[in-house]
Parts: sequence; C-alpha cells; structure tokens
Amino acid sequence: MGIGRLVIADFDVVEESNLNRQYYFFDQIGKKKSLALKENIRRINPLVEVEAHEIKIIASDVKPLFGVCDVLVEAFDWADQKAMLIETMLEQMPRKPLVVGLGVAGWGAGNAIHCRRIDNLYICGDEISEAGVELPPIAPKVGMVANLQADTVIGILLREFVSL
Amino acid sequence: MKIVLNNNPAVFTQPSLTVSQLLTERNYTFKMLVIKINGTLVKKSEYETAAIRDGDDVSVLHLISGG
Repeated sequence: MGIGRLVIADFDVVEESNLNRQYYFFDQIGKKKSLALKENIRRINPLVEVEAHEIKIIASDVKPLFGVCDVLVEAFDWADQKAMLIETMLEQMPRKPLVVGLGVAGWGAGNAIHCRRIDNLYICGDEISEAGVELPPIAPKVGMVANLQADTVIGILLREFVSL
Repeated sequence: MKIVLNNNPAVFTQPSLTVSQLLTERNYTFKMLVIKINGTLVKKSEYETAAIRDGDDVSVLHLISGG
C-alpha cells in the first residue's frame, strides 16, 4: 500500500550536513534536492509518479502547485516558512488536510512526540525542541516525527475512503 | 469569561480580551504564532483589535524551526 502520485518542491541542494537525517546519499551531494529525492523514490518504486519542482515556495505558489493534492505534508526548516504555509492553507484551502512537523530536534524524550489535530491541521512532533546550533536535528527523532507524519497521512486517506 | 484555549478550559477575570492582551496575560512571548478564534485565522495585523469573548474556542500555535 502506498501513494501513487507525489508533488514535491525544494529549492535547495544536497549538502553533507543533510546526510545525517535526510533521504539522500553521499554521491548526491551538490544535486538539487527535488531531483535527488525523485531519483531515490523511483529507485524504491518506479511506478510512483513524482512531480518535482525546483522552487522556493512562497504563499502564491501553494495553491497552484498543491491544490490538486489530497493531503499536504510540511517539512520546512524554518518557523516562518511553516507559518506561511499554515496561514496560506487556512485562508485559501481550509478544508484540505495539512500535516506539519513541529519540534524535531535533539535526542531522547521520544515519548514527548505526539500528533494532535486542530480542524484540518495535524501537528506532529514534540512542539518544544527547536532546532539550532546547540540542538541539531538528527535522524532518529527527525525520522520518528516524519514517520508519524506519514502515518497520519495514511490515516487521513483511509478514513476518507472508508467514509464513502 | 470562560473560553477554551488550546483544548483546555481557561478562565479570565476580564469579560473580553484582545488577542494581544491574551498573549501578554499568558506570557506567550514567542515570535512565530498562528492564532485561530472559532476556527478562523487571526492575522498578526489584527492582534490588537481581534476580540476574544466568553465561550470562544482559541488556539495559539507556537511555531519552531526544524525539519
């Protein structure tokens, strides 16, 4: 079971410092992230359609790029980008589910990771651990939150199908 | 007034509060917030004027970096 069509967007380039937690490999350093991720997804399953955009998302991009999607998953680095996406969704597509990651940094205290829902906004993370120089994001906790986001997406999609 | 704040009941002596007053009252000093009153987004430019009244359902989401 899985998702047959994905729309992804990232302006960034794979760097060595990303490899501790993001789904890229050493030989992809220097590549555009959106393209590198598309490659990796298609290596796992070539039947998945991946529409990859090399773009730094601003508010006016959200509906044109993601309006066709059933669920959105947020994975920005910065709080102001998360705010931009949440506010844009609330204003323009308030009925479309958005699953955000909030509080993914550091290690230990995995029990604090949770998922809670406010209308069509689903918040995954511990909501406390802000990433920074003193508290870097690393794979185990980032992975736990990312998987919780993915699990939440499946729950949303299956409920929609079931309700038919 | 009695309201629901982030899914928990909250009581205030004032009969109503602006969003700005609520943030001060509760010491929400964080910079990045998304605030909704009864399911509707309140923009930052509206914090000084948007009113919270008895029975309102308010959510104050604190956004932090990391991903």
